[in-house]
Amino acid sequence: MSASTRPTSATQGPTRNVRIKLRTENVSMIFQREGKALPVLEDIDLEVGDGEFVCLLGPSGCGKSTLLSAMAGFLTPTGGKIRIDGEIVRGPDPRRIFVFQERGVFPWLTVEGNIGFGLSKLSRSERAKRVSYYLQMVGLEGFEKSYPHELSGGMKQRVEVARALAVNPDVMFLDEPFGALDSITRLIMRGELLRIWQAERKTILFVTHDIDEAVQLADRVVVMSARPGRIQQIVPIDISHPRDISSPRYLELRDGILGQIGLAHRL
Amino acid sequence: MPGPLKTVRGIADLVPHGLIVKYVVASVFRVTWGFFLAVLAAVPLGLAAGWYRRAEMALNPILQILRPISPLAWIPIAILWFGVGDLAAVFLIFVGCFLPLLLAVISAVQGVPAVYINAGRNFGLSPIALMRRILFPAIVPRLMTGLRITLGIAWLVVVAAEMIAVNSGLGFLIVDARNAGNRYDLVVAGMVIIGVVGLLLDNAVHSLERASAFRWGFEEKA
Repeated sequence: MSASTRPTSATQGPTRNVRIKLRTENVSMIFQREGKALPVLEDIDLEVGDGEFVCLLGPSGCGKSTLLSAMAGFLTPTGGKIRIDGEIVRGPDPRRIFVFQERGVFPWLTVEGNIGFGLSKLSRSERAKRVSYYLQMVGLEGFEKSYPHELSGGMKQRVEVARALAVNPDVMFLDEPFGALDSITRLIMRGELLRIWQAERKTILFVTHDIDEAVQLADRVVVMSARPGRIQQIVPIDISHPRDISSPRYLELRDGILGQIGLAHRL
Repeated sequence: MPGPLKTVRGIADLVPHGLIVKYVVASVFRVTWGFFLAVLAAVPLGLAAGWYRRAEMALNPILQILRPISPLAWIPIAILWFGVGDLAAVFLIFVGCFLPLLLAVISAVQGVPAVYINAGRNFGLSPIALMRRILFPAIVPRLMTGLRITLGIAWLVVVAAEMIAVNSGLGFLIVDARNAGNRYDLVVAGMVIIGVVGLLLDNAVHSLERASAFRWGFEEKA
């Protein structure tokens, strides 16, 4: 009852009272396309708490993936600043791992080789221990020596998540990680990701254009407008896990966001 | 022009003197050295040039001028620098292989999906580590195709080089057979042997291409 009266639009920061992990300050991005300036992101102000799960949701082309790439250090914003732990992001960093769709798995390495990719500084035995721990976490025991082309899309996605977790990052960026999977596998993977997130408490930024996915997973959903992308609304999802996806509150939140996205599409 | 029978007899004539083995070994020896030196030079240089745009921009004009020059045009220079002998032939094969291989590696590196490079950078790889652990393995399937084509070129060049720059090998056999009394049966015999050895070399690289460690590139496409 109190949940439904909570103000949603004014909330820029995390819902739980935690340390700020990532902060974007007036971030904007303008691409140059054939001599013309193309604004992609405008005035993105966002604070993400330590251990928080935030979904960036918006229509395709709204710049949500661009924002994620900038947070991960692959792109430099043309305006504003992105800080992680108070430091300005200047490039990619092993403490913050970007998980691509399953395309990011290295096809020339076995499952084992992929998961251990970021662990070359560890001793052999230490590495083997870590690899087998995360191999088990994502449920790929028995596939250590398999090559990615022998795996299904969902399994490849698990390999990538395990490879990211193995280096023990503080932050994980996931760019539509389940977009290429069939709907059943996608549901299973969401459950797995939540389980892992609850066990490891990484800060997760998750880009999706799937409203249900966002409401099922996130602590907060950042709804973005069509290009140039702005933050239209930030919706805290005040339902505890495991979430009942037929509960009135779930449907209410989902329909609210649906309305927001609908507006974004209206001409 | 000798018929098949005379050609077979020609090949048989070459066997007792051990000439066949000697000449095949000589030719393959030169190809091996020229080819491997070219691979050793072209792969690292190609990785660097493919990765650093400026290096490629600096190299490109030179490459484009050198490219249309037939390796055979280098024969006088090869003899001037190395004299008549194995080194000159190896140099010519190197020249013939290096450029196509370099261009193949550069274009392969530029075709490596950005997602692999970004993932590598994300794990904090230095440029050298990135080349060793990402770029090189990522280009292996295309590199194998490049190697196969280049080895074919090497085999074409060695025959021509041996006609002028040395006194042994299958190319030498052909000119020598003609000069020493128009033995066209031996000329055609030499040609047949060149064809067979070339086929065997191609098969060898092809089976390397199919080796399990490199197979992912082909499975991926399928």
